[in-house]
Amino acid sequence: MSSVATQQLETGAKGFVKDWESDKQTFHVPWGKAMMWIFLLSDTFIFSCFLVGYMNVRMSTRVEWPPVSEIFSLSMGGAPIPLLLIAIMTFVLITSSGTMAMAVNMGYRRDRAKTAALMFITAAFGAIFVGMQAFEWSKLIIEEGIRPWGNDFGAPQFGSFFFMITGFHGIHVSIGVIYLAVVALKVLRGDYEKKGYEIVEITGLYWHFVDLVWVFIFAFFYLW
Amino acid sequence: MAYVSIADRDHEQEHHDPQSFITKYIWSQDHKVIAIQYGGTAIFTGLVAMVLSSIFRLQLGFPDVFHFVDPTEYYQLVTMHGMIMIVYMLTALLLGGFGNYLIPLQLGARDMVFPFLNMLSYWFFLLSVIILMSSFFIDGGPTGAGWTLYPPQSISEGTPGVNGGITLMLLSLAVFIIAFTMGGLNYVTTILQARCKGMTLMRMPLSIWGIFVATILGLLAFPALLVAAIMTLLDQLVGTSFFMPEMLSMGEANDYNGGSPILFQHLFWFFGHPEVYIVALPAFGIVSDVLAVHARKNIFGYRMMVWAIVAIGGLSFVVWAHHMYVSGMNPYFGFFFATTTLIIAVPTALKVYNWVLTLWKGNIKLTVPMLFAIGFIFTFTHGGLTGLFLGNVTVDLPLSDTYFVIGHFHLVMGVSPILVIFAALYHWYPKLSGKMFNERLGQIHFWCTLIGTYVVYLPMHYIGILGVPRRYFAYGSDFIPESAYTLNEIITIAAIFTAVSQLLFFINIFWSLKYGKPSGGNPWNATSLEWQTPDTPAKHGNWGHDLPVVYRWPYDYSVPGETADFVPQTVAPRDGVVAGRNHGVSTD
Repeated sequence: MSSVATQQLETGAKGFVKDWESDKQTFHVPWGKAMMWIFLLSDTFIFSCFLVGYMNVRMSTRVEWPPVSEIFSLSMGGAPIPLLLIAIMTFVLITSSGTMAMAVNMGYRRDRAKTAALMFITAAFGAIFVGMQAFEWSKLIIEEGIRPWGNDFGAPQFGSFFFMITGFHGIHVSIGVIYLAVVALKVLRGDYEKKGYEIVEITGLYWHFVDLVWVFIFAFFYLW
Repeated sequence: MAYVSIADRDHEQEHHDPQSFITKYIWSQDHKVIAIQYGGTAIFTGLVAMVLSSIFRLQLGFPDVFHFVDPTEYYQLVTMHGMIMIVYMLTALLLGGFGNYLIPLQLGARDMVFPFLNMLSYWFFLLSVIILMSSFFIDGGPTGAGWTLYPPQSISEGTPGVNGGITLMLLSLAVFIIAFTMGGLNYVTTILQARCKGMTLMRMPLSIWGIFVATILGLLAFPALLVAAIMTLLDQLVGTSFFMPEMLSMGEANDYNGGSPILFQHLFWFFGHPEVYIVALPAFGIVSDVLAVHARKNIFGYRMMVWAIVAIGGLSFVVWAHHMYVSGMNPYFGFFFATTTLIIAVPTALKVYNWVLTLWKGNIKLTVPMLFAIGFIFTFTHGGLTGLFLGNVTVDLPLSDTYFVIGHFHLVMGVSPILVIFAALYHWYPKLSGKMFNERLGQIHFWCTLIGTYVVYLPMHYIGILGVPRRYFAYGSDFIPESAYTLNEIITIAAIFTAVSQLLFFINIFWSLKYGKPSGGNPWNATSLEWQTPDTPAKHGNWGHDLPVVYRWPYDYSVPGETADFVPQTVAPRDGVVAGRNHGVSTD
């Protein structure tokens, strides 16, 4: 374990000042965790740039924006139900955040089997999400005829931004699935018995970030 | 990639000493070797870019004499010169080179926190350089869109390199950003989390502060360039219309519809302006250290210098649209960005005053690094002052896209960082090699460089005010006055003279490597940690068996009551009293 447990940490503004003026290290966290936080900050800027670009184009376009609630609706029993698929996808991804949090908890309790099992479940949810995304993409491309360079409903940028941003997010989810599976396997093998299970939390940070980004993408693409 | 708990880290971090030649010098995870690899590659690309500039300067200076460049090649040359110098040379050399070398050494760490990632960072950087250089050899050549790569022009028919050069350029930038992110995460985490005992943030040398803030800027600014590059690539390869409007190109309507070229400019300059400070801040930091060491005086206003670096870093994110006054954006934006641009001059001027005040009443030793550092104060002040002109919308409008701008940014972010790079290379050369360079040759190199660059860039301000536009292949007979022609010839001669005189530097370092006098561990009598290593050049693991312990800030020069004129950071206070200034709270 790190020294956090043994060290008396002050809270509030005083603790903040103390952390920043101390020697050796500023944050009482492992190196990998500090690095993951900084990486996520950098990644936030990538997604922000994508989304700000999208907002900019959507607000400045002179052509009508496609009717998103119709395009994204799913036919169920003959009637189109808006946001059905995306609601399920979002639910799956948010649920996976829950199982991830449980895995982190189990990791710190050093319950290897449960940690690995929960991480595999998280990865499975992620894989299901990517699968449903593939289904949505093929529906948009094949049935609705939406292409990255144009569509029959309105502004061509709709398809461009949709495929680019959800694609970029989908790549993040896919990388997360692989990352989770690798770490889960190593947990199962007992690789972290000596080093401690911070790695599960670090993986979790990435996973929660990917989920959080999805909430923004969901809001800006499907609810706007 | 283990996290070693704090109690264990000092003595029990595992060190696999590299055995074979390949693990020691090629696939090395040692930050010092990676630093030299980064630096060497960056200097090589810089030399390529310098040769390119000499070629197009010949065209500009003597348009009727030389005919080996046609307009297409001219655009390719200026584009590649700009992009290579800014991204692949300056950024890579200052952060990848000096960042890698100095961070663990000046902080008392054994290496970066994740050495493998650090090694990967270099190999991705090399890959990006190879991709970029390969565009010289493909059909159609490299892109000629200007280093800003503005669409629609950069991906429209008729621009040089539109069939491959631009793709390789954008791809190379994306790979570079991946490389930079891997390195940058390492630098920031090392600075925050892996300092030695006693090394508080406010006891770090200013070099580290500059590199630290610049790396954070890089991690937050490069994403915008990545996004812009991805979207431009999609526009070009897939046919999306992010940046491409519907327009006539070569007399025919194109297939695009409704894109926003201004959006690209915003994204590009949201990267592009912080990029200026990504290059400048490490230079600010390094020059502060060089000045203090060679003036045998503490840096004036250390805390203010730190806060100025932080303030400049923060402000650099809200000034980007001062590059876009002529783009047709909302005039109120210009008002806002002109204000922030002028505000950024305040912490910058503060730094210049503090450098000068550091020299004041100092025991100045005019060594070669010191000459370059003082030269930097001059070029940076001149370049910075013209920045105030260009920051104002009304003054910028007539000067925009003239040689005034070229003169301004070459002085402020071309010559100035390069002078600091030379100062730093001479300053740390003894630590790097264990040998002393030739002082006389270094002095000649300095004067050739300083005078040469001034002759190149000062006249550019004048011909800029005359209205001579940049990016023109040739000006014809009536377009610009006679005096501008004469000056163009002088500039070209001076540019080639300066370029050739850089040979002196390479002769010096390679000759000294073999024949130089042994320098000893601390030839400049400097206080900071990198000069206190048990071996020179430092061995793998840097510190032998025990990590250093720091008791004071790195600027205890000429402390009253001390016999030596410097007190290294590792010297414990006598009788519990710290002789010099003891920044930060003692943590013993």
